Amino acid sequence: MKQLKWLSYPYIFWMILFIIVPLILVFIFSFTTGDIRLNGDFQFSIENFQRFFDPLYLKVLGKSVNLALKSTIICLLLGYPMAMIISRENIKKRNVMILLFVVPMWMNFLLRTYAWMTLLGKNGVLNFLIKKLGFTPLNFIYNDNAVLLGMVYNFLPFMVLPIYSVLIKMDRSLIEAAEDLGANKVKVFLKIIFPLSLPGVVSGFTMVFMPALSTFVISRLLGGGQYMLIGNLIEQQFLWTGDWHFGSAISIIMMAFILIGMAITSKFDKEKEGGGLW
Amino acid sequence: MGGSSLEKNLIIDLKNIYKEYDGVEVLKNINFYIRKNEFLTLLGPSGCGKTTTLRIIGGFERPTSGELIFEGKDIINVPPYERQINTVFQKYALFPHMNVFENVAFGLKIKKLPKDEIKNKVINMLKMVNLEGFENRSIESLSGGQQQRVAIARALVNEPKVLLLDEPLGALDLKLRKEMQLELKNMQKRVGITFIYVTHDQEEALTMSDTIVVMDKGEIQQIGTPVDIYNEPKNAFVARFIGESNIIDGIMHEDYVVEFAGKVFDCVDSGFERDEEVQVVIRPEDLNIVDAKDGMIKGRVTSITFKGVHYEMLVESKEFQWKVHSTIMKLVDTEIGLTVIPDNIHIMKKVIEN
Repeated sequence: MKQLKWLSYPYIFWMILFIIVPLILVFIFSFTTGDIRLNGDFQFSIENFQRFFDPLYLKVLGKSVNLALKSTIICLLLGYPMAMIISRENIKKRNVMILLFVVPMWMNFLLRTYAWMTLLGKNGVLNFLIKKLGFTPLNFIYNDNAVLLGMVYNFLPFMVLPIYSVLIKMDRSLIEAAEDLGANKVKVFLKIIFPLSLPGVVSGFTMVFMPALSTFVISRLLGGGQYMLIGNLIEQQFLWTGDWHFGSAISIIMMAFILIGMAITSKFDKEKEGGGLW
Repeated sequence: MGGSSLEKNLIIDLKNIYKEYDGVEVLKNINFYIRKNEFLTLLGPSGCGKTTTLRIIGGFERPTSGELIFEGKDIINVPPYERQINTVFQKYALFPHMNVFENVAFGLKIKKLPKDEIKNKVINMLKMVNLEGFENRSIESLSGGQQQRVAIARALVNEPKVLLLDEPLGALDLKLRKEMQLELKNMQKRVGITFIYVTHDQEEALTMSDTIVVMDKGEIQQIGTPVDIYNEPKNAFVARFIGESNIIDGIMHEDYVVEFAGKVFDCVDSGFERDEEVQVVIRPEDLNIVDAKDGMIKGRVTSITFKGVHYEMLVESKEFQWKVHSTIMKLVDTEIGLTVIPDNIHIMKKVIEN
């Protein structure tokens, strides 16, 4: 295998150019102030991080973590039973059901979220029906719940698929053995199925929590223009305010939170197999 | 062997168990019973229905029809977790996320026994299967033989009334398998639990069982002790499956007189019609080699293979090719004679095989 080592060079080059270098740049920007083009203006500083401790920004962070956690937990509560139901079907039904889960992911993410706008909007499909039935229209969109719904809708497959792939591989004889030893359905689930599916749960948790914490599209479209999550804050710093230093600092803080989240979830995963992302 | 439920020490009675999957008959009217403390083996080639029968007893499959009587009650509708039956699975099915102690303690913890009692029982059981000191080992760190013992300990610790074993030695190498056969048999005698054992290995069945149920194509072919089954196979399938045999067509002239290979022999069987067509079974080790002039059957050796304890020779006679096991070696192309004593001539009813 040794002579094939050179095969890895393009990948290493790719990683350095597009992953390591940008990370370092973000890191450098977060610990500096001033314009890099002006001599003497560009200097080391922790001001960006200090600035983040303004209650205004902390509130945004709190809200982001809160929503990301909530959507991840909802995805888990919805996705686990779904994965379990699918994994118990025969192979034909199983493939159709998985396909149904995956097909929406082929469509553009933005498009899918816009679709929710037309459903939930003030003059949207839902309110149209409500008016037809003679009730007063409700405010579905531009609030926390709409953003939460958008997150759950978009990220649910990322919870279902890893759990499903663990469940499908589980040895049925383990379940029979537990039943044989006196465990009823509930105990079989609690003592055998769930603990053995933890790698899938951890993987799903990671795959939902990460994008949920950093999203700015869902919150922009379903939360409205004034809606601020940490993703929107970063977007704002880079695109509108032009303060790359502060934007970088927020990115670093968000990364820290994601890493903390992953560390906590992987604690539950003793097996360390199939976790994959960490 | 119908077996009446009234018989005293009966523990399990299968009555007309019938099972089909998607229109395919897997079991056709299985009837047999198991006595307390018996070591019963379901023996047959793969696909004969032996594992399905075992899974029905364990509660993992439901028969399409029939009754499964356990200590006088039909338990068809009782789920596996409420049956006083434990199983040693084919590939052990040990819980990979638990260590040896936790695996063995699983059933006791479910029953919510006090902690001390669980600990005592598990430690004693591990001692019995020679795994003392393995409590904290992970399952994947164990060898196949050790995993096997954990699986047995995990089942036996619950003190079941019946232990089901589904080809439990299949994954072990020959030497270990022989050791475990004896160990299992000893264990069964010691704990006094009924064992129902599934295997396709006829030698294993003969070594360990009190009773063997030979199955083929979803039907019982013969039920009997190992000696009965070996010496008095009921039909050609059993004769071929259990050990090696010469099966030749013959005619039963009258009680104790049979004709085959162009000669008339004395035998010990009776109860056939006059001049009924029959099949005659002679085990290769029951044929004695004598000089050509002294033999009832005369033939020529066409091949010889050394098998360790004996030589296996093929002897071509006018009517039949005989398989002979003997410690006497005869060179290929030697003309020899064969004799057989009446006791070793087994007569079976002729069945048309499909």
